[in-house]
Amino acid sequence: MMKEFTPAPDSASIVSVTDRVKPVTLGMGVTSVHFLGPRAAFVGAEENVAFVDAEGEISTVAAHSGGILSTASDGKRLVMGGDDGKVVSLDAKGEVTLLATDPKRRWIDAVALHPDGAYAWSAGKIATVKSGKNEEKSLEVPSTVGGLAFAPKGLRLAIAHYNGATLWFPNMEGSAEFLPWAGSHLGVTFSPDNKFLVTTMHESALHGWRLADNRHMRMTGYPGRVRSMSWSVGGKGLATSGADTVIIWPFASKDGPMGKEPAMLAPLQARVSVVACHPKNDIFAAGYSDGTVLMVRLEDGAEILVRRNGTPPVAALAWNAKGTLLAFADENGDGGLLEL
Amino acid sequence: MSEATSSKIPVTVLTGYLGAGKTTLLNRILSENHGKKYAVIVNEFGEIGIDNDLIIGADEEVFEMNNGCICCTVRGDLVRIMDGLMKRKGKFDAIIVETTGLADPAPVAQTFFVDEDVQKNARLDAVVTVADAKWLSDRLKDAPEAKNQIAFADVIVLNKTDLVTKGELAEVEARIRAINPYAKLHRTERCSVALADVLDRGAFDLDRILDIEPDFLNADDHDHDHDHHGHDHHHHDHGHGLKHYHDEDMQSLSLKTDKPLDPNLFMPWLQNLVQVEGGKILRSKGILAFHDDDDRYVFQGVHMMLEGNHQRKWKDGEPRQSRLVFIGRELPEELIRTGFESCIVS
Repeated sequence: MMKEFTPAPDSASIVSVTDRVKPVTLGMGVTSVHFLGPRAAFVGAEENVAFVDAEGEISTVAAHSGGILSTASDGKRLVMGGDDGKVVSLDAKGEVTLLATDPKRRWIDAVALHPDGAYAWSAGKIATVKSGKNEEKSLEVPSTVGGLAFAPKGLRLAIAHYNGATLWFPNMEGSAEFLPWAGSHLGVTFSPDNKFLVTTMHESALHGWRLADNRHMRMTGYPGRVRSMSWSVGGKGLATSGADTVIIWPFASKDGPMGKEPAMLAPLQARVSVVACHPKNDIFAAGYSDGTVLMVRLEDGAEILVRRNGTPPVAALAWNAKGTLLAFADENGDGGLLEL
Repeated sequence: MSEATSSKIPVTVLTGYLGAGKTTLLNRILSENHGKKYAVIVNEFGEIGIDNDLIIGADEEVFEMNNGCICCTVRGDLVRIMDGLMKRKGKFDAIIVETTGLADPAPVAQTFFVDEDVQKNARLDAVVTVADAKWLSDRLKDAPEAKNQIAFADVIVLNKTDLVTKGELAEVEARIRAINPYAKLHRTERCSVALADVLDRGAFDLDRILDIEPDFLNADDHDHDHDHHGHDHHHHDHGHGLKHYHDEDMQSLSLKTDKPLDPNLFMPWLQNLVQVEGGKILRSKGILAFHDDDDRYVFQGVHMMLEGNHQRKWKDGEPRQSRLVFIGRELPEELIRTGFESCIVS
């Protein structure tokens, strides 16, 4: 369980880099951002993706004819699912490729992208994987898929659904393994060392399984639903949204967070809406429901102000692969780029 | 739900037993020239064909919340669909959720009570139940789902009235009223009902829980001109001769007092009542006059979920009367009455 925290000192005293941010005004609802090569790709709530280069130059690409429901990225391309029933990819040059169309035009609720280029999507209860030249493989789970994630090693897909998650090797017949836990599981992620699986739940909690023995890890105490998770460098910790501080669960030891308390950093009088850990250093960025963006050092919780409060919630936050650029935007598409 | 209600998207839940005419009503709503766009959440594609509107297929996946309350079920698919729909805000004006003929409306309603994100963006407007005038009486005997849908309704569209005699119509209405005397009832043929009678009702808006008198006592209820005589007849007859049924397992219970209630007794009593008996109580509503309080307090609930607020000052000359209504299955009437009376300031 979490402990009480003391609110941060007066924000006037905080180190600020707000004057170094290059403002970006996208003029569209934004749900996430990912770096593709040197450019930040802001994914719109509907239809479009907006590329923003280091100069702040915006170019928009049409990806879906409707709402964009799900996005995954490997740094080279985006794979997106829409309420138009389509799975499309978008590469760093801005080229859109249609990957699949649901025959009944059902919503593509979730997508996932494997480092070797395989991709997966779900519509209703059915998850489908396409890898290389192999044909599509589909698996029906007992209820609607909430989220998908590929394991870091091997072609293995985790499928979150009601009352648990299913692990599946698409190229192995009969390999689906069900990990039960009552409740509705929405998001899912593997730890980078492939030892743990963590889901976000409809209730304000995470659930985890140690894959060696399927032991349970309950991660509760959040005031709101967890919508954003990010692994810190080397998978030592899992930073999460959903509370008035960033909650970081320890995963460095073989027992993960079992019997341990999470770290709670960067408290504000607002709910954390999105988190993004730095790819190289023990730093993370956090966006809040009041529009604030902070950079925080994991070791001591030292904070740097990137964006002031007073706007809609921050919806999109991402580092480039080198960790030299931070991109962010609020729900209305007002954001910025920060070069470190 | 009353604060910032206007910015939230209204959601109408459309229920009704198999074959009652839900799809007819839905098509009527969508095809009428109202200049509005609807997002419609349906279970079966294909029967509706209106290009302008967003049609979304749903799976009616009901799951229990892990909050230790067994009747606290929500529609997981709705949570997901609402989340997706909110990406297209501004593309539609209202949402209609059509349930299957066998569905219990409670999980749909509860989704709008318990889910934080859903609640932020949408508000439940009303539960509209389409009933078949010819077959409803039979279904009330053999289908608990049909009874649930009547008990839960804010608006009942009693359809296919052209297929029954006047006597049969009076019979089915009496049976409906035995279960739910509070819903607005409209008699229709082929679901021909004014849109204003089914949409934008604000039935879950605390500010509009003004009137919890039984529907057939309201003088202003003159929706069906073709049958106005029969209707007036009811009105006069009530209390001395209206055919009165008692439904074996589904009833409504109304409580009233002109004496002030003690909030320190009433609130814990109500909370406890819905905790213990919430499985039986489908809907509850109340307007309350508390001791030493110049504000009216209003509340409403679905099973174990309650929401309430101070609404406004009692007006000069307005009788400070507390009124509560429960609709439910096998309601423990004596227990509720005694409990309520013990909350009155003596």
